[in-house]
Amino acid sequence: MSATDLTRLNAAEMATLLASREISSVELTRAHLARITQVDGIVHAFLQTLPEVALREAQTADADRAAGEQLPTLAGVPIAVKDVLATKGLRTTCGSRILENWVPAYDATVVRKLREARLPVLGKTNMDEFAMGSSTEHSAYGPTLNPWDTKRVPGGSGGGSAAAVGAFEAPLALGSDTGGSIRQPAALTGTVGVKPTYGGVSRYGLVAMASSLDQVGPCARTVLDAALLHEVIGGHDPKDQTSLDAPVPPVVAAARQGLSGDVRGLRVGVVAELGGRGYQRGVLDRFEEALASLEGLGMSVREVSCPSFKFALPAYYLIMPSEASSNLARFDAMRYGIRVAPAEGPVTVETVMAATRAAGFGDEVKRRIMLGTYALSAGYYDAYYGSAQKVRTLVQRDFENAWEDVDVLISPTTPTTAFPLGDKLDDPLAMYIQDVATIPVNLAGIPGISVPGGLAEDGLPVGVQILAPARADAYLYQVGGALEAALHEKWGGPLLDQAPALETTTQEGGAL
Amino acid sequence: MNVSDLAPFDQAIAEFDPVMGIEVHVELNTRTKMFCSCVTAFGAPPNSQVCPVCLGLPGAMPAVNHQAVASAIRLGLALNCRIAERCTFARKNYFYPDVSKDYQISQYEDPIDRDGFLDVELADGTVFRVAIERAHMEEDAAKNTHVGSASGRIQGADYSLVDYNRGGVPLIEIVTKPIEGAGARAGEVARAYVAAIRELVIALGISDARMDQGSLRADVNLSLRPRVADPVAQSAVPFGKRSETKNVNSLRAIEKSVRHEIRRQAALLAAGLPVTQETRHWHEDSESTSPGRSKEQAEDYRYFPEPDLLPIEPSRAWVEELRLTLPELPAARRSRLQAEWGFTDLEMRDAVNAGALDLIGASVVAGASPAGARKWWMGELARTANERGVELAQLPVAPADIASLERLIASGRISDKLARQVLEGVLAGEGPPEDVVAARGLAVVSDDAVLLAAIDQALAAQPDVAQKIRDGKVAAAGAIVGAVMKATRGQADAARVRELILKQLG
Repeated sequence: MSATDLTRLNAAEMATLLASREISSVELTRAHLARITQVDGIVHAFLQTLPEVALREAQTADADRAAGEQLPTLAGVPIAVKDVLATKGLRTTCGSRILENWVPAYDATVVRKLREARLPVLGKTNMDEFAMGSSTEHSAYGPTLNPWDTKRVPGGSGGGSAAAVGAFEAPLALGSDTGGSIRQPAALTGTVGVKPTYGGVSRYGLVAMASSLDQVGPCARTVLDAALLHEVIGGHDPKDQTSLDAPVPPVVAAARQGLSGDVRGLRVGVVAELGGRGYQRGVLDRFEEALASLEGLGMSVREVSCPSFKFALPAYYLIMPSEASSNLARFDAMRYGIRVAPAEGPVTVETVMAATRAAGFGDEVKRRIMLGTYALSAGYYDAYYGSAQKVRTLVQRDFENAWEDVDVLISPTTPTTAFPLGDKLDDPLAMYIQDVATIPVNLAGIPGISVPGGLAEDGLPVGVQILAPARADAYLYQVGGALEAALHEKWGGPLLDQAPALETTTQEGGAL
Repeated sequence: MNVSDLAPFDQAIAEFDPVMGIEVHVELNTRTKMFCSCVTAFGAPPNSQVCPVCLGLPGAMPAVNHQAVASAIRLGLALNCRIAERCTFARKNYFYPDVSKDYQISQYEDPIDRDGFLDVELADGTVFRVAIERAHMEEDAAKNTHVGSASGRIQGADYSLVDYNRGGVPLIEIVTKPIEGAGARAGEVARAYVAAIRELVIALGISDARMDQGSLRADVNLSLRPRVADPVAQSAVPFGKRSETKNVNSLRAIEKSVRHEIRRQAALLAAGLPVTQETRHWHEDSESTSPGRSKEQAEDYRYFPEPDLLPIEPSRAWVEELRLTLPELPAARRSRLQAEWGFTDLEMRDAVNAGALDLIGASVVAGASPAGARKWWMGELARTANERGVELAQLPVAPADIASLERLIASGRISDKLARQVLEGVLAGEGPPEDVVAARGLAVVSDDAVLLAAIDQALAAQPDVAQKIRDGKVAAAGAIVGAVMKATRGQADAARVRELILKQLG
């Protein structure tokens, strides 16, 4: 098999070939490193590639397998990791200037789990600074481009991970989702992205934006691949007390069940408030077709109303910045990160902190820190943070009501397809609206998946979002798998087969 | 007017009524920190007991120390508090290098312990009830060392060093309700309250409570309001502006700093000047306070619920389980011992005030009689401790020595008078009482033949006295006893000598 053929395989197929030793992890890892070299000069999905680290891991996986050792399912399958996750001994920037030199002394729990499951880490992917943004244009290291159209954004904040998977630079990637940072880029790049139930995956080592909303999750090209990765990273972690003390839901079995077309008897609800005005025609068309496919598989469809969703976005933009303003306080030049002396005046702790934060943070980060600081201030707390928490409860109640009638909810993942670079940079509110359908999910702590729903009238991918009750992540994979199988059959193959070939380059790309 | 002017204390109290609020920070002696598994041992090399969590590294998350929660609940029970069925942690946000995350994880709206009280006994036996507002859990800040300034303060320092070993050590902050009605005894009440808290946490075994090492720290808020005659009307008078005195590192200093603040604020108010609401630092050397940061421009800490931690919900069963682990509390122990030992109130109070209670108790356990133990510790030994300027417990005398001393007296081997010499020997480091008796040859002469010889000699030397005794003037025997004691260098039992004299002269 040629190197190009190898990178076109799904992770599940790679795992099978590795297990039967028809291919080696070193071969597979080299193929992906070569692909990165070819296309990342254009896509810029990676902030840093780690060829030595990845190949060393691949070699030991191959050696252990050759020695007859029974390895975990995904052992030897390479992966990309969003640069918001701490990697021991490997620079972790969060897409920010302020952490350009930070080398963590420890691994995030999910990164440790990747190592234990023997997945070679190809590199760290680009992101909006501290995961704040919906286009990856807020990275201090330049934007990632959409593999479908390099004049357009790949979504954000996890545009790097989604683009890496969509451009066949990696079969799998880790992302983090606070308001849609896994699902929205998945929608915009024609890939699969999952935000697990809050607490389903450890946050230890995930550099926090908004602790009560953040969740680590899988990025992949198929529903089954996402499930395989979900199983690796999920589960209780005593180091994260908000993680659920429960076994990982049977997501792989659910995905297989769905892929076989078995969703009979499941009830799907269409959220009336997530669609209609403000949504692109082609997005709505593909959504309707996806719905028809599910109905054709024997699912019952009904409309449900979630009246509080209209307050979800404003509530999110109070809760998220409030927590972020506190979480980002630690970047104060005292212990790690860059340190900047004030241009003039006395050099004191206060002036160094101020100068460093002024120089180290980008505008979007500063905007959110200011919003959050204001919302938490004495005299404003009740009106802003307090009211937002009440809305959060109402949103949760809307979902609770919905679950009385349906098993899953479905909506378009985003109102539009990928937008041109620079289009929304000067209009934060237009950027924030991108996440209108994904945000309620984080506020409620429930799981959500985005699967490719086809191409809109502009030839760009559309995402279909499926939601399930807390801890019922398995439903996402069952329904997502069924939808994927039905659509692949309709299209005669995966959506990514229709993506234009990327111009390739031989220059070293990606690395900082 | 000069800000250093102080009003005379009596005049200050005559004109103003002091109101206090005391915050005591108790560092728990758990093996590990509040939110990570770093050890808490005092005195390790700087930054040797740290990890990603207590260094606040990006991505690191706190995990609550179960043992610290148990300590907080036990303290709450001992302080007669309500133990919350559900309580949360909150973030207190402020930028300073001694908090590694630039926020401190504390409790804000719903502390674990609430609405309790502690009965505090003053030196004269008066019991003063201090109402407890709350006790909550939090993490300690790191220790800053300012280098290059004369005073060790940040002003004028060349640079500062931060030791994060202390960062994240579990703390409980105990906050009183306003303490009213203490009047002239405000300083005494403050001191007795902190002493009682200290005694309590030591009895509970939850803290070393070393004020000199900072494992128990007290901040006293104090304000004055105009004095009115009627006590009911007095409590209706609104509180004045308060100062908060920090850096008070001993019980003695607490009392002094309160008296100082009363005098300082009274002088300002009497002169028609306002008291500034501020933090003040106590200076042990000059026995005065100086202003720190002003609370008028107090920081807005932007408290909000800590999203990285789940609420703590101690089950009632666990709380009751912890209640069973409470030791006998200091006040109850004192009443029990007083009854057992048969001490009067005054004797008991003196023993407590002298710090002799545990020593007497240990002596009794070693075999001494309560009265005997009290006599020695509160008499001879208290005097010596006073002369040497040390605490009783620091004297080189063990409770077992007191029991031995008593046994020697009871067996007749030494007299009460000789016992004092024996004790002198023990204090001089000559070993336990038996060794001192042997080495100094202090045993009582109990051989009647030796004594009779000495008596005969004395009678012969004083024939007139001998005649008086024969005539029935028994009291005259004292002179002969004295002579015999002198001849035996005090090593005779005077009572036995008297007996023998009377027998001899029939």
